[in-house]
Amino acid sequence: MHEVGIMQNAILMAEQQARDSGASRVHTLRLRVGDMSGVVPDALEFAFETVAKGTLVEGACLVIERVAPACWCAACGEEFVCEDLNYDCPRCGAFSTELRRGTEMQLSSIEVS
Amino acid sequence: MCVECGCGLPGAPGEVRIHAGGKGHDHDHDHDHGHRHEHEHGHGAATAGETARTLTLQRSLLEKNERLAERNRGFFEAKRLLVLNVLSSPGSGKTTLIQKTAEAMRDRLRLGVIVGDLATENDADRLRSAGIPVVQITTGSVCHLEAEMVSRAMARLDLDALDVLIIENVGNLVCPASYDLGEHLRVVLMSVTEGEDKPLKYPTIFHTAQVALVTKTDLAQATGFDRETALANLHRVSHHAQVMELSSRTGAGMAEWCELLATERQKRFAPRAS
Repeated sequence: MHEVGIMQNAILMAEQQARDSGASRVHTLRLRVGDMSGVVPDALEFAFETVAKGTLVEGACLVIERVAPACWCAACGEEFVCEDLNYDCPRCGAFSTELRRGTEMQLSSIEVS
Repeated sequence: MCVECGCGLPGAPGEVRIHAGGKGHDHDHDHDHGHRHEHEHGHGAATAGETARTLTLQRSLLEKNERLAERNRGFFEAKRLLVLNVLSSPGSGKTTLIQKTAEAMRDRLRLGVIVGDLATENDADRLRSAGIPVVQITTGSVCHLEAEMVSRAMARLDLDALDVLIIENVGNLVCPASYDLGEHLRVVLMSVTEGEDKPLKYPTIFHTAQVALVTKTDLAQATGFDRETALANLHRVSHHAQVMELSSRTGAGMAEWCELLATERQKRFAPRAS
């Protein structure tokens, strides 16, 4: 249920950036959301329309790019995508303790005019 | 480098200009870099004649909270306060654990508490009547605590008279995971009455914790708690966390937990040479 607040942040940030660059409308809002971020993309989409009403973002297209969790294997010196919470490196079997990607919650870009 | 994900594909960094009505920018990913792209343009595109510009931002949606959390952390350092963010589902025994911890450590460390709930002062009343300095935050409909709420609440505590500040978050295993409060340790509780698969169902919160406590162990037998499975699940998700089992009611395991707090405080804030 905190997706509404997060969406509000995203829209405030987008409006601010749009105004700063002299734009009067936001056409696309592009977010990056990790599968381990604790945020549900569906809930963000649900909140978007309501929260965008009356802002420069109203009517914009929301694009959510999801990021799969990836761990770092210190033994191999490489990242691997961890599926189903399995932190064992598929190459060498070593147990990873470092989640490098998958917790993102970012406003990656906006399209304005 | 691709400005969207840094995946190494060619493309101009910074601002990318695209024409409305056109297809926008488009690049094929013929290599696997572990995440799914959705390049979609057009639904909200500018009408003909207008030029749409893409502004690359790459900003965290929680940056305001992250900034305030860092401010809190700096403040806690200056006050030489060890700060815990205690998380669990409702009814896992956060308040009882905090009360028993404060009582058990009374001669060693001075504990204060900030407690968050949607409504009522019940938890604060309980702690207050046990002689523990406490401030209640009632969040209304907000499902988690944020750094700013903590910052306002701590102004109502005499922090110079404390060694450890425990923040009891709103009972919720989802939303509080995303909000850094400036704490040193994130402590997540899982009671034996909840089922062994809690860590698998709520991996984000269990993964971000530095300490995972199995609580209410005195009820384990009555609830048919499968200890081995639960611990295996905890180690799988909270693999870097210290895992402990305890019962606030009987006191089993409490000494080890209190020792951990004393060690963590000592580690960060060794007594000043007088």
